[in-house]
Amino acid sequence: MIRLEKRPQSSRAFAYLTPLFAVLATFFFGGLLFAALGKDPIQSILTIFWEPLFGEFAFFYRPQLLIKGAPLVLIAIGLSLGFKAGIWNIGAEGQYIMGAFFGAGLGLAFYPAESRLIFPGMVLAGALGGWIWAMIPAVLKVRFGTNEILVSLMLVYVAEQFLASMSLGLLKNPEGFGFPGSRNLQQYDSAHNAELITGTGMHWGVVAAFIAVIFAYVLLSRHRLGFAVRVTGEAPRAARFAGVNPSRLVLFCLGTSGVLAGLAGLFEVSGPAGQVSIDFNVGYGFTAIIVAFLGRLHPIGIVMAGLLMALTYIGGDIAQSQLGLPAAAIQVFQGMLLFFLLALDLFTNYRLRIGRAETA
Amino acid sequence: MDLSAINPILLIAALMSAATPILLAATGELVVERAGVLNLGVEGMMIVGAICGFAIAVETNSPLAGFVAAAAGGAALSLLFALLTQVALANQVASGLALTLFGLGLSALLGQGYVGVKPPRMGDVNLGPLAEIPVLGPIIFSHDPILYIGILFVAGVWATLKFTRVGLVLRAVGENHDAAHALGYKVVRIRTLAIMFGGALAGMGGAYISLIRVPQWTEGMTAGVGWIALALVVFASWKPWRVLLGAYLFGGIAQLQLNLQGAGVAIPVEYLAMSPYIITIIVLVILSADKSAAPGSLGRTFHASS
Repeated sequence: MIRLEKRPQSSRAFAYLTPLFAVLATFFFGGLLFAALGKDPIQSILTIFWEPLFGEFAFFYRPQLLIKGAPLVLIAIGLSLGFKAGIWNIGAEGQYIMGAFFGAGLGLAFYPAESRLIFPGMVLAGALGGWIWAMIPAVLKVRFGTNEILVSLMLVYVAEQFLASMSLGLLKNPEGFGFPGSRNLQQYDSAHNAELITGTGMHWGVVAAFIAVIFAYVLLSRHRLGFAVRVTGEAPRAARFAGVNPSRLVLFCLGTSGVLAGLAGLFEVSGPAGQVSIDFNVGYGFTAIIVAFLGRLHPIGIVMAGLLMALTYIGGDIAQSQLGLPAAAIQVFQGMLLFFLLALDLFTNYRLRIGRAETA
Repeated sequence: MDLSAINPILLIAALMSAATPILLAATGELVVERAGVLNLGVEGMMIVGAICGFAIAVETNSPLAGFVAAAAGGAALSLLFALLTQVALANQVASGLALTLFGLGLSALLGQGYVGVKPPRMGDVNLGPLAEIPVLGPIIFSHDPILYIGILFVAGVWATLKFTRVGLVLRAVGENHDAAHALGYKVVRIRTLAIMFGGALAGMGGAYISLIRVPQWTEGMTAGVGWIALALVVFASWKPWRVLLGAYLFGGIAQLQLNLQGAGVAIPVEYLAMSPYIITIIVLVILSADKSAAPGSLGRTFHASS
């Protein structure tokens, strides 16, 4: 008879190995999925994971890794703080949109003035936009005990409608021949989040992501607030005795993740995306949830998971154009990864015992 | 602006139809939560149900077969959630999110060949002279069968929870899984069945959107209805008849904003489209003070140590 026995202490080895096993299992079942779609599974996997890194046109794809990875890491770092403490912000997509809207809005308000102060101002506005949007579920939770999962998610739909209204109205490019969408910030030097080193994909968003990772690492391992986050997640009652104020923690975790998601939105809209349009957001806010879990809610893990997820986006695009693999297949692939991770996580906390139970 | 274009009788009739997807999904989730499980994957199960139902209805030319397939599809997806949370003892919040993300991708993949296809129409139930009654006829007695089935499900769930042994056991498992286990009830098995019931109803709710409400297939067409259904269960304090009331309230808002869009009210379309989500938040704020009705073991992982 097979049964599960709780480990006295969760296994460190399994904690590190689970993401690896989950990736391997996803390769296998993803391959089966691709085969079911009539594509060569080995070739599909190679196209997604090998081509962008070491293929013929890798010089073109490698910078994309930073461009796509930075927003994912930035958002996931913020989410991981909350997830660790049992505070579930799943509305990062909305905070990302509002950050982009606030930041780009400030930049566009100054058009066509040229000043070195415009871009830093936009960064602050972007952070503020994300923060405000995240503070709505935070304040409602603290004040009324409202469920932050539902409120933050509802606000994603509100933000999407708001974005549609703004890109058709207030922010619409007056010289855009009636097309929806704002002026292109890439053509407005003071507001453009340009590549810092040409051909590397390195822009201010990547720098911000690195700073966020270091900040989160120090916070979690060295700072009292990081201790509060960890102890609240692992033992909420003990946290009370340790003097943790749960309300302040909610405000801090949701606020921080809102700021980071807002920044990610601003850097994206002023750089790679270029303009506020109805659908400039591509779901980074939701994919970042997978990144946070895959990275074990640990800053370094999140960097690796973010790069891996960026790879699936880039490789997915290549597979789409070369093999005709549907874009949705990549989405399924990403979802699978989270499934296997959660399932295999069982072995971190439990041990499989085969045979009869010993009686004392 | 021409408000007289809105016919109150047709509005109320349409409200019942608009409420049905939320009603089905929320009734299913209510049973799941009464068994002590929080499944945040409603949105994912709905959208998978929407495409399964749509595809089968188109292939067999039978909407009813579509609804059966949608229930099966939703239940099959929910089984993944059951596997994660009941067997692999994974965190329910994370697993529910995974289910939604996976379901959105899977539905987009399954639905590729069905964009722009017209599904077979489901006829209204023929209630003969009842439908001829002025006012009441068009409001209550001329709808499709699924709408009535939805109401029957509410009544059935209410009666089962209140009067039957099955309902009692289900509630015991939800209130205190350790005690229920000690009494010899199979907690994992009961919860798995509850989760599958929730999945089947969510799937039917999704198919109601793709086969009757819209009727068409587009990616991500459930647009948050699954999440509104989750909020509705809280709103209803885990009571079936209040789910019905809440669903009509939300259905009414959704329908009214559509009609206002059609009537060309001076409010921009986007702000009207926001309103169901904002109202959900407001309702949650008003009602979240009272958490006493929540099942005792809601969201907690059960592991039989002996």
